[in-house]
Amino acid sequence: MNAPANVDAMTEPRQASLPVTVGHPDRSLPEDLDGRHPPLIHVRGLSLHYATNKALDDVHLTIREKLVTAFIGPSGCGKSTLLRCFNRMNDLIDKVHIDGQVLIKGQDIHHAGQDVIELRKKVGMVFQKSNPFPKSIYENIAYGLRIAGVNARQVLDETVEASLRSAALWDEVKDRLHSSALGLSGGQQQRLCIARAIAIKPEIILMDEPASALDPVATGKIEDLILDLKRNFTIVIVTHNMQQAARISDFTAFFYLGKLIEFDTTRTIFTNPSNKQTEDYVTGRFG
Amino acid sequence: MTARTPSQAPDPRPQGTVRRSLARGEHWIWLTGAALAVCLLMIGGLIGVVIYNGADYFWPHRLAQADLADDDKVLGVLIRSESFREPVPDQEGVYEVKVRTQFKVGNRDVDNADFKWLRDEDFSNLRYPADAVALEREEYGDFYGYLTAILDGSDVAAEGTAAWNLLRQHHGEARALAREETRILKKEIGDVNQIILDAEVRIKRAERTMAEGAERDAEIAEARVIIDQQQERFEQLKAAAAEKGEQSRRWVAVMQTVNEEEVEVPLAMIVRAFQPNQMSLGAKAGHYLGKVWEFLSGEPRESNTEGGILPAIFGTVFMTLIMSIAVVPFGVVAAFYLREYARQGPFVRAVRIAVNNLAGVPSIVFGVFGLGFFVYFVGGTIDHLFYPDVLPTPTYGTGGVLWASLTLALLTVPVVIVATEESIAAVPRGAKEGSLALGASKFQTICRVVLPASIPGILTGLILAIARGAGEVAPLMITGVVKLAPNLPVDGDYPFVHLDRKFMHLGFHIYDVGFQSPNVEAAKPMVFTTALLLLAVVALLNIVAIYIRDRLRKKFQTGAFS
Repeated sequence: MNAPANVDAMTEPRQASLPVTVGHPDRSLPEDLDGRHPPLIHVRGLSLHYATNKALDDVHLTIREKLVTAFIGPSGCGKSTLLRCFNRMNDLIDKVHIDGQVLIKGQDIHHAGQDVIELRKKVGMVFQKSNPFPKSIYENIAYGLRIAGVNARQVLDETVEASLRSAALWDEVKDRLHSSALGLSGGQQQRLCIARAIAIKPEIILMDEPASALDPVATGKIEDLILDLKRNFTIVIVTHNMQQAARISDFTAFFYLGKLIEFDTTRTIFTNPSNKQTEDYVTGRFG
Repeated sequence: MTARTPSQAPDPRPQGTVRRSLARGEHWIWLTGAALAVCLLMIGGLIGVVIYNGADYFWPHRLAQADLADDDKVLGVLIRSESFREPVPDQEGVYEVKVRTQFKVGNRDVDNADFKWLRDEDFSNLRYPADAVALEREEYGDFYGYLTAILDGSDVAAEGTAAWNLLRQHHGEARALAREETRILKKEIGDVNQIILDAEVRIKRAERTMAEGAERDAEIAEARVIIDQQQERFEQLKAAAAEKGEQSRRWVAVMQTVNEEEVEVPLAMIVRAFQPNQMSLGAKAGHYLGKVWEFLSGEPRESNTEGGILPAIFGTVFMTLIMSIAVVPFGVVAAFYLREYARQGPFVRAVRIAVNNLAGVPSIVFGVFGLGFFVYFVGGTIDHLFYPDVLPTPTYGTGGVLWASLTLALLTVPVVIVATEESIAAVPRGAKEGSLALGASKFQTICRVVLPASIPGILTGLILAIARGAGEVAPLMITGVVKLAPNLPVDGDYPFVHLDRKFMHLGFHIYDVGFQSPNVEAAKPMVFTTALLLLAVVALLNIVAIYIRDRLRKKFQTGAFS
């Protein structure tokens, strides 16, 4: 598991010492960062154990609203685990022990009084493998609404269309909304999963390597979509592809062996990292 | 030939034919192939034997007549010939090989035995007389002989060929009258009896529940009036039935056996009359199809050795359906708890092993449990609570189709649990996580994602349960199967479905006909035909379930998750 991902991460940017162009030219962070992008998620001293295995070690992190934050690092470094803390997907695994706090809008989500279902409605998730339900395209999008008790035809129709438009999928599927979602291509399925997450109007969308199983064209579409969604949603993305992190994210966190090594603006991480390990990783000299 | 000669490169594989073939594992391929072939041969042989023996039963075979010593004759159907060793008289330990032939001679009322073995040397002049008549009768089995006359009451109406024509002419009408008599006796008098029973229960209930006084007396008097009325009606119906019976017995066929003994058979008692030696192939085929239809749609006669087996077919299918309705929800819910809610650990593992082992418990043990728990405890309690006025006659406190079905459901529930658990485990994690991440509760996720995706697996479990349950006999024998059930569990009487009724079952029918019948030799073909039908019913039930499963599998196909 470890080796191929490492190889992948190391070989890609090796041609030059700083091979990646960071961000779009017109995409610099505003002056009043705290005013326009206030902090939304605070991670305070978070440690996580799977049985006796330490997966996260005392992580401190702040994620700002309506920006894209990327988690990078070699496989097994804990970045996915941290991501799955934000909507408490780790609850599904037996023998997980969590210390420290994750505050979303100042509320500790691991607090006993926290309603997990409400949390997951606020914090959507897109998985590495596209996982549409074996239902029609329409029913896939409507699923989140239906389980919340919304059954009014008009509301569903409008939400399905709006979500598919937001996910840049509407034009491709509008004529076959009621055929099976499993008939879509891989990239379309992944965008359908994004549309499905958008449909319940979350504030945060977590993406766990959303493009790792897609070809470059489909990946490009997903990246464009992420930049588009940024206007309305806070996005946290885990990626193995450092060029992708550089292209789409505003902040980047580098993890290694469960520790947060460095967290800064993407420009800083990729051009002027303060930590030697970070520099080695983003330049492909890691090892 | 290719350009490159293979011999140029040295072969690294072991040298020598035997070693090379051993290395390639060819002997294993042969062994596995042979094992499969043996299995197929056994299954094919079984089905072949059943079909061969069963399918022949309805064919109208020719009647052969032969002369015996002392002017005796024999008339009957040739069944088979075999060689046997006969001890030579006066010489101990010396045997002689001889050939003997089995005749089905019928005429049980004259000769006491349907079958006769005759040494080939003892009979001669084998021939097939054209006017030999075979009668299928309501009683005493087949009659083989000659028609001499038809009586109208006690007067001779026709003789010779005219008699045969007269027989054909009046046979249908006599049968119709006889059927009408049976209908009055069974259906109408049965209804009257039921009304009288209900009225008696009313009296009992009034005596038990109502306070003494005018009201109670009025209630009892009213019921008494009903009973009196119905008793009058009963007498009328009895007279009507007797009249029909009298009319139906007006025409009588005078038959003569080959040895010139006379037998009188009322036309109403003749199921079929035919002259097999004169029948064309088409007529024989028609006769065959008619008998097959009677077999499938008729009621048994002559302690089950003749007639149809519709009640048994119906009982088997009905019981299997009730079992399916009971076993699927029960097994599926149990499997979901085990897989999705129970905390995985040593205890759950132990439960799972226990469930798997439950499938290996001998079925008669389940039967004993069903008798003790369902019939005596549950059924007895129901009777005390809901049917106290008919006691001591049990309603549910005796074997019935419901208890038999529930016992079988218990027997087959491990199969459903195991299959369901496996199909739940095969639902991809991504599907469940996708649902949970959208804010679905665990219950919603199970209902909307996991359950639909595991339905094909659940149906596989059901198919296995049907295959096991439909063929089971032992537990049924003590929980509600009977040799002859007067009524089907579903009929036109309110409330239409009678789960408390005893029922007939193909498996038990085979056992009963083959091994409990007073006339085993005559019943033998029936055993094979019934076995053939049981195989067909089980296969049909399975095919239906497989068809449904394949349709659902397409609908809930989960390939994209994997």
